[in-house]
Amino acid sequence: MTLDATTLPVIWFALLGVLLAGYAILDGFDLGVGMMHHLVAHDDSERRLVMNTIGPIWDGNEVWLVTFGGALFAAFPEAYATVFSGFYTAFMLLLCALILRAVSMEFRSKVRHATWRRVWDGAFTAGSTLAVLLFGVATGNVMRGLPLDARGDFTGSLLDLLNPYALLVGVLTLTLFAMHGTIYLHLKTEGALRERTVAWMWRTFGCFLVAFVLTTMFTLVAVPRATQHLADHPILWIVPVANVFAVANVPRAIYRGTPAAAFASSCATIVALVFLLGAAIFPDLVPALEPAHSLTVWNAASSPRTLGIMLLIAAIGMPAVLAYTAAVYWTFRGKVRLDDHSY
Amino acid sequence: MDVALLSRLQFALTIMVHYIFPPLTIGMGVVLVYLDGMWLRTRDPVYGQAARFWTRIFALNFAIGVATGIVMEFQFGTNWATYSRFVGDVFGSALAAEGIFAFFLESGFLAILVFGWDRVGPRMHFFATCMVALGSIFSSIWIVVANSWQQTPAGHHVVPVLRDGVPWIVNGVPVLRAEIVDFWAMVFNPSSVHRLLHVWVGCFIMGSFFVMSISAWYVLRGRHRAFAERSFRGALALATLASLGALVTGHGNAEMVYRHQPAKLAAFEAHFRTGPADMSVVGWPDPATESMRFDLAIPGGLSFLVHGSFDAPVVGLDRFRPQDRPPVVPAYVSYHLMISLGVGFIGLTLLGCFFLWRGTLFEQRWLLWIFVVAVLGAAVANQAGWVAAEVGRQPWIVYPPVAWAGNDVVTGPAGTVVYDEAVGLRTANAISPSVASAQVLGSILMFGFVYLLLLAVWLYVLNEKIQHGPVPVPEAPPAGAEGVVAAAAARLEHRDSLTGTEPETVGRRA
Repeated sequence: MTLDATTLPVIWFALLGVLLAGYAILDGFDLGVGMMHHLVAHDDSERRLVMNTIGPIWDGNEVWLVTFGGALFAAFPEAYATVFSGFYTAFMLLLCALILRAVSMEFRSKVRHATWRRVWDGAFTAGSTLAVLLFGVATGNVMRGLPLDARGDFTGSLLDLLNPYALLVGVLTLTLFAMHGTIYLHLKTEGALRERTVAWMWRTFGCFLVAFVLTTMFTLVAVPRATQHLADHPILWIVPVANVFAVANVPRAIYRGTPAAAFASSCATIVALVFLLGAAIFPDLVPALEPAHSLTVWNAASSPRTLGIMLLIAAIGMPAVLAYTAAVYWTFRGKVRLDDHSY
Repeated sequence: MDVALLSRLQFALTIMVHYIFPPLTIGMGVVLVYLDGMWLRTRDPVYGQAARFWTRIFALNFAIGVATGIVMEFQFGTNWATYSRFVGDVFGSALAAEGIFAFFLESGFLAILVFGWDRVGPRMHFFATCMVALGSIFSSIWIVVANSWQQTPAGHHVVPVLRDGVPWIVNGVPVLRAEIVDFWAMVFNPSSVHRLLHVWVGCFIMGSFFVMSISAWYVLRGRHRAFAERSFRGALALATLASLGALVTGHGNAEMVYRHQPAKLAAFEAHFRTGPADMSVVGWPDPATESMRFDLAIPGGLSFLVHGSFDAPVVGLDRFRPQDRPPVVPAYVSYHLMISLGVGFIGLTLLGCFFLWRGTLFEQRWLLWIFVVAVLGAAVANQAGWVAAEVGRQPWIVYPPVAWAGNDVVTGPAGTVVYDEAVGLRTANAISPSVASAQVLGSILMFGFVYLLLLAVWLYVLNEKIQHGPVPVPEAPPAGAEGVVAAAAARLEHRDSLTGTEPETVGRRA
């Protein structure tokens, strides 16, 4: 395989998929923890515990998003510009949500006052939930296709983005991350708090299952090209089938009391869904409602030289990143306990 | 109001709030490496105490820096879509490199720095501190490289975008973009190194003045003396070197700016007419009459600065068409504010060193009070430097090159520089076509509110932490091996008092 103008953009499309999946798995559980914060924890010490399950790592998890954004900018500047300016208001809300969520963790434990803590608990949950919903709605819109003009600029309005399909994908994402986060909480906590997460794993799984089935049906009806590649390359059916198995294994693992397997299954579900998203839109990055205006991996890509340089940067950087990410997770392995360095 | 102006305001607002924190964390990172390193070497519990105290404050600053920084990356796409399309091929790789080489390093080891005191050994902890400091410095490298490329573009060419092998034409106009030709020429563009060195000393000044401010306050209040004096001394050494460094790197920058962006230096100095130039010390430029009010100037100073001769002509704003000139008043004011503060820092730190040498530094209450408030000056100087650099770049978002003929710039028939618009990009042409001014205004209001809230809470929490002070060390701890035991004992004691939970994990590596 030669690295040229045809293959390099495809490689970067795949790498963006890896970054997106990495982000969704990692920040997925800490956003999910944020969403479940109020539901699972009942008193101040439990709330601290819940926050500290993600305390040392949420920041590193969010770097996946920053890197995804940077890589999109560098590898596909046309797509970066189109999506971010097209989703302007939604992205501004998303940024505010992420800011509030981040600082609420930092600020909450600094002052010992009930109202103070309630406010930041609220910001933590609201920020996490809004961020997840917006991610999902954005994904749904990309799946569905956007109104773009010949230059690739978005021509719709904010209300166009709030269409039923995109909202449903938003709900799917909410339930998926809630489930993913709850399983993570189950893994990291003990005692009464842990007992409570069991019921919430069942509830979030139930909600996810309903959203998953509805979204699948809606996609088959509303986004016909979603299954085009599956029809052309039957080997790809491995992924949706594996996805179904992964989803089915979640309740099995919860029932058998093997939460690590449940967590692995929800990770696999996320990977499968990201893959299906990629398979549905490829070779487009940003499908347009008018197909001639779609931004494909080729016409939205940077020059082969830039893509090659970035491949080199990634080849040098990613192993190091994976190594110290693993080291940090290893350092903070085991059940979470409060100490004087906790939030 | 038009989208370009609003987008600029939004960018200024978000980056100015954000830019309080990176200089703080980069500068404090160096102080932390020093304190943690000294603790590792001497095992003097006061160093350990200092490292822990400043780490907590560092973590607070870092968190807000991260939270506000995420906005910056996405703003290029949201507000400056046309710019992003034009420069993505060049600019994007620097941002991607920052993500991979800097952010992951910082955030990964930050976890160990802040939460890992009892989970890793002191060596590993020191290593993590170094990696966080290094990560934040790496991050500044890539950001300054990307920004410097906008100021003095290099290593690229501007070419028509091809679609299906033919130039892509939208509404009769071929679409152009900058494409990278030489990565290292882009990285080491003419201004990168000059600007990076100057940014670093600015960061070190910020971080060290921050540490000195809080330490001086403790000394004045007679609290935590040993800890505060030790922190102050370390920070003063860094501050003195950095203040002197600012003078040297600032000089290098001024020469470089004149070479590559003469309109910018002319705006900095409000030098309206080409010819021998004085260096303004205090004054207020009046662009309408192209003159200075209340001008106090060093005769021939600017000529000397750029040519080493007091009567050599310096290119003035008259060599540029009015629509190609930066706004003079904000450029002049921010540039002179930065320089005056910088000179003040040199005087202040040298005075501090003098009294330290005399052994009476911590008795000079008046001087300590100046150090308590001087941190505001450091913050203002960093902000002003950034404003000067970015306002001076206007009206260009990507600066087109200027050609020289001897000591004057190459001009067109009208006696003014004719820029090649195709290789630069005007700020007004860089915005997102699909975004309406109401949307941008809405986002400004939203960020304005969130950032005000954030700054208020940050100051409140910072104050709480300062009032609370460092964790006390036991009375007269002996140095050496016993000191370690004492430190460990203090840690145990402190844990119980703070959290009330059973110290189960304590034994692990303490």
